[in-house]
Amino acid sequence: MNQQQLKQPAPYWNPLIAGILLGIVLLSTFLFTGHGLGATGFTTRLTAWFGMYLMPTATNANEYLGGMVEEGRPLDAWITWQVIGVALGALISAFLAGRIAIKLDGKKFLGGANRPFTALFGGILAGFGARIAAGCTSGLGLSGAAVLSLAGFTFLGTFFAVGLLASRFMKEEK
Amino acid sequence: MGTILSGLLLGGAFGFVLERAGFGNPNKLTGQFRLTDWSVFKVMFTAIVFSAVGLLILEKVGVVDGGSLFVPPSFLGAAALGGAFVGAGFAIGGYCPGTSVVGLMSGRMDAGIFLIGLLLGTIVFAGIYPSIESLTTLGEIANADSLPELLSVSSLSIDVVMVIAAVGVFALGSWMEKKSRGPVSSQEI
Repeated sequence: MNQQQLKQPAPYWNPLIAGILLGIVLLSTFLFTGHGLGATGFTTRLTAWFGMYLMPTATNANEYLGGMVEEGRPLDAWITWQVIGVALGALISAFLAGRIAIKLDGKKFLGGANRPFTALFGGILAGFGARIAAGCTSGLGLSGAAVLSLAGFTFLGTFFAVGLLASRFMKEEK
Repeated sequence: MGTILSGLLLGGAFGFVLERAGFGNPNKLTGQFRLTDWSVFKVMFTAIVFSAVGLLILEKVGVVDGGSLFVPPSFLGAAALGGAFVGAGFAIGGYCPGTSVVGLMSGRMDAGIFLIGLLLGTIVFAGIYPSIESLTTLGEIANADSLPELLSVSSLSIDVVMVIAAVGVFALGSWMEKKSRGPVSSQEI
């Protein structure tokens, strides 16, 4: 193997293999915890945690976040450890595959020079939407569909329909 | 298993598989919406079908009590509206909440910005919560939380339909990938 090949990042897994392994992880999560996997349960608690230190009065009085900071430990939940796990697992995988690269990615398809703004705006929309639905792609879409819930299938339906539509408005940089 | 250990291990496996699938890469993720890379559909469908069938088997052999599993309540208007926002955020921002963590850990600054956006979106929601609280319970279906309950059919029959749908997604996706530029590889800049 020459130098050039050594520097190449490892290829991604075949989707069928990745899907089966993700299924094993999801099934194990249901088996051990009684619920599925998630993400925004943590970011919501993290928002409450920041609020507790930066704007304590407003956060305590807030109808949505107030309950989480009542006992002063908004991050004390299983989902916090799960998301820390996601970060560590992703880091280990990316490191072993030679896929760690500091960069601003996605410029080609997502706004070119405006990429920081598309990333921020997309994040705001997703953060807001996940609170309306009380879940995100992992928590409500993936985990909700695995238990055949109406809410999970409904979420996935509009998620993909609106994603397809919104994607038409993103111009590709040649 | 303790909370910390089970969270770290299950989350760790989740993050590892997402990264291996290429789901830290916004070009690959949004390729699903451009219909040139069907990995998101293929992986999600496979995982959902695998878990659904697995849960059915584990219930039948008595390892899992189906009644004790968390099934999200049927606020279908809220799920639809939230799904629309998250779908738009995915198409514009390049990630969903979970995959943005994976993107950040592989060094992507845009994923970090997306995560900051998630927190800001949560602040906006919390700030106007009293006036939009009703949106979170929109469109309730009172008599059913799951598809088998709603249709009065067995979970097995839904699972069978989902397996067939998954095979269809793989066939359609692979065909459309061949007709277009195809899946995004890890070597592309």
